[in-house]
Parts: sequence; structure tokens; C-alpha cells
Amino acid sequence: MDIYLPIAEVSVDVFVLLGLGGVVGFLSGVFGVGGGFLLTPLLIFIGVPPTVAVASSANQLVGASVSGVLAQWRRGNVDFKMGYVLLVGGLAGSILGVWIFTLLKRLGQIELTISLCYVLMLGTLGALMMFESIRTQWRLQRPGARRRKLHQHNWMHGLPLKTRFRRSKLYISALLPIGIGFVIGVFSAILGIGGGFIMVPAMIYMLGMPTAVVPGTSLLQIIFVAANVTLLQAYTNRTVDAVLALVLLVGGVIGARIGSRFGTRLRGEQLRLLLALMVLAVAAKLAIDLTASPADPYSIASEKE
Amino acid sequence: MSAPVAGWVNRPSGCGFQMLAMILFWTASAHAEALVADLTSHLIAITTGFTGASVVLFGTSDGPGDIAVVVRGPDREMTVRRKSRIAGLWVNSQEVTFASVPSFYFVAASRPLDEIVSPATAALYRLGITNLEMKAEGGASPEVVDAFATALVRTQQRAKLFPSSVGRVNFIGERLFRTTIEFPSNVPTGTYLVEVFLVRDRDVVSGQTTPLVVSKVGIDADVFGFAGRRPGLYGAIAVLTAMVAGWLASLPFRSA
Repeated sequence: MDIYLPIAEVSVDVFVLLGLGGVVGFLSGVFGVGGGFLLTPLLIFIGVPPTVAVASSANQLVGASVSGVLAQWRRGNVDFKMGYVLLVGGLAGSILGVWIFTLLKRLGQIELTISLCYVLMLGTLGALMMFESIRTQWRLQRPGARRRKLHQHNWMHGLPLKTRFRRSKLYISALLPIGIGFVIGVFSAILGIGGGFIMVPAMIYMLGMPTAVVPGTSLLQIIFVAANVTLLQAYTNRTVDAVLALVLLVGGVIGARIGSRFGTRLRGEQLRLLLALMVLAVAAKLAIDLTASPADPYSIASEKE
Repeated sequence: MSAPVAGWVNRPSGCGFQMLAMILFWTASAHAEALVADLTSHLIAITTGFTGASVVLFGTSDGPGDIAVVVRGPDREMTVRRKSRIAGLWVNSQEVTFASVPSFYFVAASRPLDEIVSPATAALYRLGITNLEMKAEGGASPEVVDAFATALVRTQQRAKLFPSSVGRVNFIGERLFRTTIEFPSNVPTGTYLVEVFLVRDRDVVSGQTTPLVVSKVGIDADVFGFAGRRPGLYGAIAVLTAMVAGWLASLPFRSA
């Protein structure tokens, strides 16, 4: 059954859209990542214009994150205080990010910069996480192995503005999450993503948050980032296809529900390993796109009336 | 034959007998013209269930001769980019902008185009994909412009907006003709021009132009219009709708 999308100006199969939304929703349920990194290329693949795909993914992300946060909240897995502190840093960072974006655009080759950033960042991140979780797995299998300390103490714990984050069982400087939020805000503005992908590993490894609290807290701040992107895109580029977003959302909430149930059954280490594999897969895909010969080196860039 | 004329204006095809009656009716009333043609529909309405449409063009000529049909969508400015390899990476390195390219193009003829018209005539009436006038902006060399124009045509053909081959105009007897024009689901909106040419001795002797409107109707038109007129409000509503939908979706969790 086909449906015509009024802004994208193409018609696509409803069930394909529902399926896409379902897969992405599942991932966001398990890991607390938005899934925009996956949804946008898939939408482009089925014929939605790239600009519409980016903007409409952000729109569906708003809904998917709301439902994800509510589901996690009922299990007590959202650290609202941490979420808001991250958001403060994130909003400030996105202002700087938009400024850098404009600058790069003027210099040309913004697309290349974006792709290279992605590959470097995701590649490094994925590899580090992979090593870490393999080492943990290996240690767990040896009986009598020494239990690791809950977290190491280092310079980060000497910072001022110490705050207690009860849900995360942390007593750390508020400057730390603000700083992380800021860096992620910069990247998400440049890369046009929700930032869950960087946020989740940063929460686990840099802040030392318990894995169970991470997805809900990450999704909480994605709601705001995605809402902001949707508004800006609708206003400046008029590329938000609300019909597309709603259809994706229907599939997405079903997938997210299955995903979050599945996620709670996994052990923290397994979750981290899967996340590492996924990050590496995306990095590899982007690296291949950059270096492999394209099917057609020519593309139509814009069709303005 | 009592079917009201308006009743089947929107029917795409497959009513041969009625069609023939219609054509005969046209012939009787229009013997002064060398060429008379019409479409089964002058409006392609894009609704939520739109999956493309086909329109039948039919007509009659005043004697032997060939027929060529050209359909052009509204002209657009199009930019074509080319990637090339720099330090192992594929990078967009060159672009050419064409000022006005038809957003949709269709051509059909009763015999191969090069058999029925001279190259000069074909160029004059823009018959065939090689005769689309694509003027490049800026100072790229003719060879470069040529390569980019070819790539543009190839891309449009992949999107089914340009034809891969010339369509068939079928004659019923010596004077009645018909052809089917297919529009894909990604057809651009706007006013299209359908041109019908009567060709004799490799030259166009008569022509007729009919408009065809491709337009969104119903909910799709409302959403599109609203998004254009009040973009800020549209964005806010889109965000709120998504939030409410997300909230509604999570409700049954309470009872579970």
C-alpha cells in the first residue's frame, strides 16, 4: 500500500516505512541512541530527498524519544538532574556548532568534513569500547579474578561545583557533564545528529553512570535537541514532512517497546559490546562510502524552481 | 451512446469503444483543422494514495502523415555535481548549473523520430532527448558541459522523469491515433504542456498545444500549503504532534 508524502513529493510503501521506523525504534529502545544516523541514509535509499530525510528524521525522533523516556522513567531509569545539566552544556555547544558549520560551509567541502569527522570519531570510539568490553568479558570468565573498582579517581574528581546525582549514584563536579554536553552540542550541530551516539559512550565511560540509567537520560536530552532541529528545519528550509514522521513514529514506538524490554534483559557488558560493534559498523560504512568508487560520480545537487 | 462526456474525463484508459465514439465526434465537428487532439484528463490529482498516473492522448489528422507528441513539465534550474578522487577520497569537485531544464519530459512518435523529421526540425521543436536545450551557466568548456548534461539526462531517466526510449503513437486506420503518457509517483507539480505535431515530408505541417495540470489535492495540498505559508507554526505543530504521539504510544505501559 503506497502513501504519497506531501513535502517529500514521492510515494512510498507504508509497510516499508513502518518497518524502517520499527528497526530504528528497536535500536533506540535498547541503546538509547536516536538512530538518526541509520534512519536518514535508509530514507534517502528508498527515494526521499536528502534534505527532507534529515529534517523528518529529527521530527520522528522527538516522538520516539518522548515515548522512550516515559517508558524508562516508569522503571526509574531516568536521571533528570543529569539530563538537564547535560542539556545546558548541549545548548551552549550547539550555538558554537552552528557557527562552525556556517564557517565550514563558506570554505566549501562541508560534506567531506562531516564524513571525515564521523569516521574518525566513530572509529576511535568504537575501537576503544570494543577493547574495553572484550577485556571485561575475558576477565569475567576467569574465576577468582580481582573485581574492578567502581570507578577510578583522577583529575576530573578535583573539579569544583561538586553535585550529587542520586539516580546515577555519582558525586561529581557539575562542570563535567556540562563540558561533555557542550562538546556533544558542537558535534551534533555540525553533523546534524541527535548526539545519542556520542552521548551514550561518554556517559558510560567518562561520567561512569550505571548502564541502566544511560538510555533514558540520553533520550531525555535528545528530545530537546531533536525538537530544536525540527523547528529550525521547518522554519528555514521547509523540509519537515510531518506525514512521513508520523508513519515512521507508529513503527518506531512498537520497535522501541520491544527494544527497551530486550535491553533490560541484557547484561551491561553485552550491551556495551553490541553498541561498540554498531558504532564500528557505521564507521566502516562511512569509510567505504568515502573511498569506494561511486556508481555514478555525477549527482543532481538541487532542484530549485 | 448516452454516457455524459464529463463522466469519463478522469478515466485513464481502457474504454476503447467510448474513445472511438469521442474521436468520431471530434472528427465530425472539426474538419476545418488539420490536426485535433485531446487528453482523457487535463488534471493529474495527487492524493494520499497517488502511485503515478497514465493519461491517454488521442486525436485525428486530416490525412496521411506521422504524429509526434512531446510532454514537458515546468522548467527548473538544476545543478549537477561530479565527484573525483582526491587523496583516496571521493569528493565533490566540480559543478555545472543548467538554467532551465524541463522537470519532466516525454516524447512519442508513430515511427522512429529520425525517419519522420529532419535534424533541423527535430531541434526546432525539441523532439527527442538530444534536442533538449540545456544552457549551462558560468564558463565551463563545451566538453565538460556536455558530460554534465549527459549525466543529468541519465539521472532523470533513472528517476523515470525522462524517457529511456521514444514512446509509440498508434494509428487506428489512417487518421485516428492514440498514445499513453505515463507519469511516475514522483512527478513534479505544475503546469505541463502537451504538444502534438503532424509531420509530412520530414516537416511539421500542423501542431496543437494542450495544457495539463499536475497538482496536489486534499490533505496533501493542505499540509504542503500550510508548511509553506506558516513554517514556524507548522514546525511547532509537527513537534507537538510527535510528542503527543510518543506519549500516547507509551500509555499502555502503565497497565502492563
